[in-house]
Amino acid sequence: MKMQTWQKLLTVAVLATIIVIAGTVIYFNYFAKRRLIISTTTSLYDTGLLDEIEKQYEATHPVDINIISAGTGIAIQHAQNGDADVILVHAPSQEKTFLEQGWGLNRKIIAYNFFTIVGPADDPAQITGKTASAALVNILAYGRNMTDQSGQTKIWVSRGDNSGTHTKEQSLWKGAGYNYTEISKEPWYASVGSGMGDTLNVANQKNAYTLSDIGTFLKFEKEGTISSVALLTEEKSLLNVYSVMAVNQTVTANQTYHESINYADAMEFIIYLVSPETQQFIGDYGKADYGQSFFIGAVQPLKDNAPQPIVQWIQDAAYFNGSECPPQYRNGYPQLYT
Amino acid sequence: MVDIVGGIAKALQLIVTGDPTLYGIVYRSLFFSGIAIILAALWGTPIAMVLSLKNFRGKTIVKTFFNSLIGIPTVVLGLVLYLIFSRGGPLGVLGLLYTPGAIILGEAILVTPILISILTSAIEAVDPEIMSLAKTLGASESQASIAVLKEAVSGVLLSNIASFNRAIAELGVALLVGGNIAGLTDVLTTAISRYTARGELDLAIALGIVLMIIVFLINAVVIMARKARWLLTIWRMPQQ
Repeated sequence: MKMQTWQKLLTVAVLATIIVIAGTVIYFNYFAKRRLIISTTTSLYDTGLLDEIEKQYEATHPVDINIISAGTGIAIQHAQNGDADVILVHAPSQEKTFLEQGWGLNRKIIAYNFFTIVGPADDPAQITGKTASAALVNILAYGRNMTDQSGQTKIWVSRGDNSGTHTKEQSLWKGAGYNYTEISKEPWYASVGSGMGDTLNVANQKNAYTLSDIGTFLKFEKEGTISSVALLTEEKSLLNVYSVMAVNQTVTANQTYHESINYADAMEFIIYLVSPETQQFIGDYGKADYGQSFFIGAVQPLKDNAPQPIVQWIQDAAYFNGSECPPQYRNGYPQLYT
Repeated sequence: MVDIVGGIAKALQLIVTGDPTLYGIVYRSLFFSGIAIILAALWGTPIAMVLSLKNFRGKTIVKTFFNSLIGIPTVVLGLVLYLIFSRGGPLGVLGLLYTPGAIILGEAILVTPILISILTSAIEAVDPEIMSLAKTLGASESQASIAVLKEAVSGVLLSNIASFNRAIAELGVALLVGGNIAGLTDVLTTAISRYTARGELDLAIALGIVLMIIVFLINAVVIMARKARWLLTIWRMPQQ
């Protein structure tokens, strides 16, 4: 039977679709450099640090680094779906579960800094100089006493995206003696479900307070995008610890096997991150332009056990069974843990 | 406060000086959307031809189906495709997630309903006599279908342009299956969202201006195509 026009067209369409799919598959398998997909917390990306590390790494390694910036919660989700090779995160409690379930391997603590509560310069809830707990008590009291309780006026803006910063926020509210689930429903509380930058923008627009990592805040303050100011200083409960983990190809308990996960390059990248040169670079990043480091390399301090009490704080907050990565969650690469 | 005027000035400077980051993103946007439209036109045209020229049981249901898919939220389609392309998903073995191919396929799927719907109406609006006339004059079934398609030329053009418009302006699919990877899968919309989140508003504004210019030009072409007959004459020339 002779083919009709629409049948011919449909055949061409099917062929074209196959060409697009096959072209992509063949290109990435045979022509492109090896891919290393890094799913990261937004702060490391939005501050520009990872861009610089990517440039330097790609200059010396035959690898194409692809960065997906989405927050700790999504990074972990990506890893579980096999859609990332390396994750950079900052939520020790989530990391612990992640390791225990077998998704991640060879965790290394790479850097730390401090969270801060930022807010309007006139500080209506008077939190300047207070501890984090006392500041939250003041903010909550201010929110509950506002005249407008219709939900139009917000005094606190939350990431609300299950990120590391959101996880820290929940633990701070708990630390201040509140039930997070309940207060998050109160009218003065806003949840944006978005990255740090967006959240800072919203808090700034609404003249509200929010919890931010210091790096993203400094960048936004410098760029003149926001007029919020940082109101709290360094203390144990505000410590922010960044870790890197390779994604496990084989998770027996979950009967998953993602052959395509690039474990070898993931480990190469982790070794690069903890090298003295990269650690130095992380510690220096931002100093020249912003007058202050965004992040401080954690590898050397943990080796030297100094400065105190910060090392003790890191160990309290982010060590599991007295180690940054208990032996059962390691796979080769003993030089990482000497 | 945000310095809007200063931001726009810097943005224009980026556009004029030919900033490579900016133009890389513009190029990818045009390229991905362009290929996506070619794919969608290849799928959509035969389906629209069948829907408008043939009679079969369930035709109204199929039409309603495509009509209602026109408004599918891009993030919903993005999520569905993410789950399909994910390494843990049914097509995971292909390794398409976070590649340009995934964005192209996703955008092609996204615009197929709008393309089919506009094209179907356009072909249906053509006088049915043309088909029978062409056949009377000795045209085969295929030649007659092409004659009808040429009569509906402004509809063909409109359906493609409207689809391109939707593809280049959508965010959800490119973000979720492309991953917004700098230099590989970031397009105008996802890059605007990234640079806003990073507080780099100059680049975000510049990208926004370029996107608006593209969308504006596309719509100008649509208006021209509807009014100016010369486009149609060029299209028909070889036949006469």
